[in-house]
Amino acid sequence: MTDVYRLISQTQAEYARTIDNDKLEAWPDFFIDACTYRITSAQSHADGLEGGVVFCASKGMLTDRISALREANIFERHSYRHILGAPCILSENGDRVESETAFIVARIMRTGETAVFATGKYLDTYRVGGGKALIENRLVVCDSNRVDTLLVIPL
Amino acid sequence: MAQDNSMDGLAAAEIGPWPAGGLTRVPYWVFQREDVYAAEQQRIFQGPNWSYLCLDAEVPNPGDFRATSIGDTPVIVVRDGTGKINAFENRCSHRGALICLEEHGKGQRDFQCVYHGWSYDLAGKLTGIAFKNGVKGQGGMPKAFKLDDHHPRQVRLEALHGLVFGTLSDATPPLTDYIGPEIVPRIARVLAGKRPVVLNRVTQVLPNNWKLYIENVKDSYHASILHLFFTTFQLNQLSYKGGIVVSEAGGSHISYNQLDTKAAINKDYAAQQLRSDSKYKLADPSLLAGFHEWDDGITLQILSVFPTFVLQQIQNSIAVRRVVPRKPDETDLNWTIIGFDSDTPEQRMVRLKQANLIGPAGFISMEDGCVGGFVQRGVKSVPDANAVLEMGGHEAVSSESRVSEASIRGFWKQYRSTMGL
Repeated sequence: MTDVYRLISQTQAEYARTIDNDKLEAWPDFFIDACTYRITSAQSHADGLEGGVVFCASKGMLTDRISALREANIFERHSYRHILGAPCILSENGDRVESETAFIVARIMRTGETAVFATGKYLDTYRVGGGKALIENRLVVCDSNRVDTLLVIPL
Repeated sequence: MAQDNSMDGLAAAEIGPWPAGGLTRVPYWVFQREDVYAAEQQRIFQGPNWSYLCLDAEVPNPGDFRATSIGDTPVIVVRDGTGKINAFENRCSHRGALICLEEHGKGQRDFQCVYHGWSYDLAGKLTGIAFKNGVKGQGGMPKAFKLDDHHPRQVRLEALHGLVFGTLSDATPPLTDYIGPEIVPRIARVLAGKRPVVLNRVTQVLPNNWKLYIENVKDSYHASILHLFFTTFQLNQLSYKGGIVVSEAGGSHISYNQLDTKAAINKDYAAQQLRSDSKYKLADPSLLAGFHEWDDGITLQILSVFPTFVLQQIQNSIAVRRVVPRKPDETDLNWTIIGFDSDTPEQRMVRLKQANLIGPAGFISMEDGCVGGFVQRGVKSVPDANAVLEMGGHEAVSSESRVSEASIRGFWKQYRSTMGL
């Protein structure tokens, strides 16, 4: 338990640090190849809706999110600051661990304007082994179903 | 126009004058002013126009309801015990509080205002008043007070292929006449005879006036310039034809891309699609793996109905967009992304993956969330300067070229006639 908790905490801290430091090309490496990553809202989640604002069904789709962000998409320059709560381990089954972690993400625009962009929780399945915890499934449940302007940097 | 003056007390002369130049000039003050916003609420949203409310499929059973709106007017859409859909203003007849405080729900038998307990049936009729007869013979409403004189304002409803529209005006023409014979079959093409399943709902908060977003929807000129996803990843090499269709009144439109089937079956083109000179390739091209859904080869159809409804088909990704003005410089863009109950699991997965193209994080639509704000900020200090809309000429007519701003001019044509500007 302690080791799992430490591994997941370390992965999540590195995950947030990677995004906030604009090392986005390394972001997919927090996931296993056969992963899912989906961003939804608490309302859509409660309604049982299958879709996502972002819907990735493979690590390749994560990579494509970043290459599109770098090469194709147009948006005003901004960055995030993730503040994560402590992970709550929900279940352990062999190397598969489910956890839930709260987050707040502030968005800092190029103009300096800083505001809370999203709050919510990560509902995760981790694969733990070899001294690492990698994400198998990450469902990002935003508390609000309102997204200001656009969402391009991953949560 | 005199009739507008009497209608809402806001003289067009106070808002205008509109600059010269016909449909090719749009003054920036129209995106900025509180008085314009207020006049739009009266003349457009409470005036003789249809506003999209929700999908029929979102209120499938008796007692199902959704809170929605017509402009600033909050509206409840509910299916009653007979299976009929009703809509009425979400405002208590007593002191004006919202009657319904939930976005949606089911199994509703009636609605009761939380403030003083005035209650309403599913047809939107006032049926009860707490302590109507007072307590112990004291207080209560006057004997002459009649419930029937105090029902909430009814919303006239019409549904078309599962889309429920509402209007607050008796003068609004029948829905299909209003949308027009050019546009109605293109709604049918996507939705007729099908039962939608909602895949996701999300609201994108736009930092701009609602009309800047509507202009963007109608702007077939910007697509290949602002949205670089397809070109960057070399995903658009087949030959396309297409065009724009502008309704008679101007404010409704279709823009579409159609596979040039003669070219598509040419092996050279098939080979060209595989060969990419771009150094950028999708790591997982299953994002765009589609399935055959229409025989007409139309891969993209953006359709709008004046003032604020959008139906979108991009490959197999289908969504309705409900545009709701909030402030002169803020707009809610409500996305409802749908599939159909006839989808196979594989088809459903295609739609879920292709939904990455659209919405606030959409590969080809996220830019539309910020570009309106760039205009709003860019023009802040120059209310009397004008936008220039001459691409494709000066008229608001259908064309086979999408390098045109004809649909935008069409919007301004209907906007100005509705607003008396």
